[in-house]
Amino acid sequence: MNTINSISNQKLRWRVFNDKLFSIVMMTLAFISAVPLISILYQLIKKGYKQVRLSFFIEVAPDTMEAMMAKVNHEIIPGGIANGIVGTLIIVGMASLIAIPLGLTTGIYLSESSKNKMANIVRFVVDMLQGVPSIVLGVIAYIWVVKPITSGFSALAGSVALSIMMLPSIIRSTEETLKMIPPTLKEAALSLGVPYYKTVLKVLLPTGMSGISTGIILGISRIAGETAPLMLTALGSSAINLDITQPSSAIPLLVWEFYNDPNLVNLIWGASLILLLIIFLLNIVAKAISKKWKVQY
Amino acid sequence: MKSEKLFQYFLKLGGIIVLMVAIGILVTLIIGSIPTFKEFGFGFIFSSNWNPTEGRESYGALPFIIGTIVTSILALVLTFPFALSIALFLGEYFKKGRISSLLKTMIDLLAGIPSVVYGLWGFYTIRPIIVELGLNAQGFGIFTSAFVLAIMIIPYASSISAEVINMVPSQLKEAAYSLGATRFEVVKHVIIPNAGSGIFAGFILAFGRAIGETMAVTMLIGNSNNIPTNLFDIGNTMASLIANQFGEAEGLKYTSLVAMGLLLFVITGILNLIGKMVMRKFTA
Repeated sequence: MNTINSISNQKLRWRVFNDKLFSIVMMTLAFISAVPLISILYQLIKKGYKQVRLSFFIEVAPDTMEAMMAKVNHEIIPGGIANGIVGTLIIVGMASLIAIPLGLTTGIYLSESSKNKMANIVRFVVDMLQGVPSIVLGVIAYIWVVKPITSGFSALAGSVALSIMMLPSIIRSTEETLKMIPPTLKEAALSLGVPYYKTVLKVLLPTGMSGISTGIILGISRIAGETAPLMLTALGSSAINLDITQPSSAIPLLVWEFYNDPNLVNLIWGASLILLLIIFLLNIVAKAISKKWKVQY
Repeated sequence: MKSEKLFQYFLKLGGIIVLMVAIGILVTLIIGSIPTFKEFGFGFIFSSNWNPTEGRESYGALPFIIGTIVTSILALVLTFPFALSIALFLGEYFKKGRISSLLKTMIDLLAGIPSVVYGLWGFYTIRPIIVELGLNAQGFGIFTSAFVLAIMIIPYASSISAEVINMVPSQLKEAAYSLGATRFEVVKHVIIPNAGSGIFAGFILAFGRAIGETMAVTMLIGNSNNIPTNLFDIGNTMASLIANQFGEAEGLKYTSLVAMGLLLFVITGILNLIGKMVMRKFTA
């Protein structure tokens, strides 16, 4: 500061002032983004924690009448979101069963044929798929599955929509991770006479496991909260449904149903809280995996 | 040797299936929307009349195209100062350390919140504020949804921008510092011009996200079939219309909604490709 004063250059002072001002404004703006996050979390926890008890996990969603009676008698609305939890597990589980094998093979293919025309086309397509709005995938699953295969809304249709949605992130993370593995590792295996497929399955995949599984878990967390495509495919169900050709509920679908029913509207907070906890948990697991099993050579 | 080839074919098969899925999506949407384009031609895109009344059926996408574009652009404008600040914070000012990892965690959490929960928050927290301010009697509308959308796309816009800002060569920055530039001047004259195209790509990708966003918008925009007249008016977006009306749609209405899906697919696809292409040039 002394030198600045001694120079007493008006312009220099102005420049330094601008610099300080900019840093302050920038940091303020950056941390203002925390306000909505805190507000959302506060709202969910404050209004939702009371509903989260054991019965919330093992009972199915109440119907409007039950909820209205409870409301009139000033009781806590009975029931829970068991149908949604089971539905989400089934739909997301099936989506993963479809997307993970396909995503892994495609990811390996892309990393193994980096400068090949076909691979470039596939890469282009994966980029495009990543941006497709989820609602469009809902329309697609409706046309592909709901109408011809299950002739009605079904959990399977929901899984198809969600599996397309998680494919790009699995493919990309597999490709990126495998590309980072030094070629010497692969060459060492091949030079020992290990067949190519065994090199991929027993050397490359295990080495890249952490990056790949992080991508898969992030993909799952991305689809777990999806509502829009499920509205056109799985539809929702008031009972626990294990038959994948029948309509099924899911936690985000339940939130949407509760929101639209004045008698059930209080349940949105508990259901949203559980949904958010599941997603955050998946994110934490993904981070922990990528930190703990970072590829080391 | 045979198993070798077989395995390579197997891997290739994965790529081919993914390719088929993408082509299948496009073809399905085109076939599904043929009746609509046969009936209305390109009038479907330019007509502003959405009328499902039997006998006088008419489907025009214009109000929803305008609603989508206005909402998304407004969201982008609102998100810009915040996302850019976060990007500079993480990419230049605080690359490491506790405070930057706190901000990063925050952004990750924002990205993880499902659309429907954002919708609830907008409905119960933002809407009353809009009513209080007297901007809209019910608190629904373009502005309310754009506001919530702006928060939803912060993670997309800021994380890519932070990455490219981080990639600006340090020699360039050091050269500017050695000439006596302040940090702000380095940001303004070195970082932004150098990372500009990458930042642009990040915002394009975020724009694509905003266009396709469904639930939060459906819950907040007011769902009207008219062209909005001002930023606080109610309206509707393409994605939100599909979510609202697909369930009971049949005949021309159904094909028109599929056509809407096709438009969405094409628009977001193009935006995404532009973004990725700019990004790739940047990293290559």
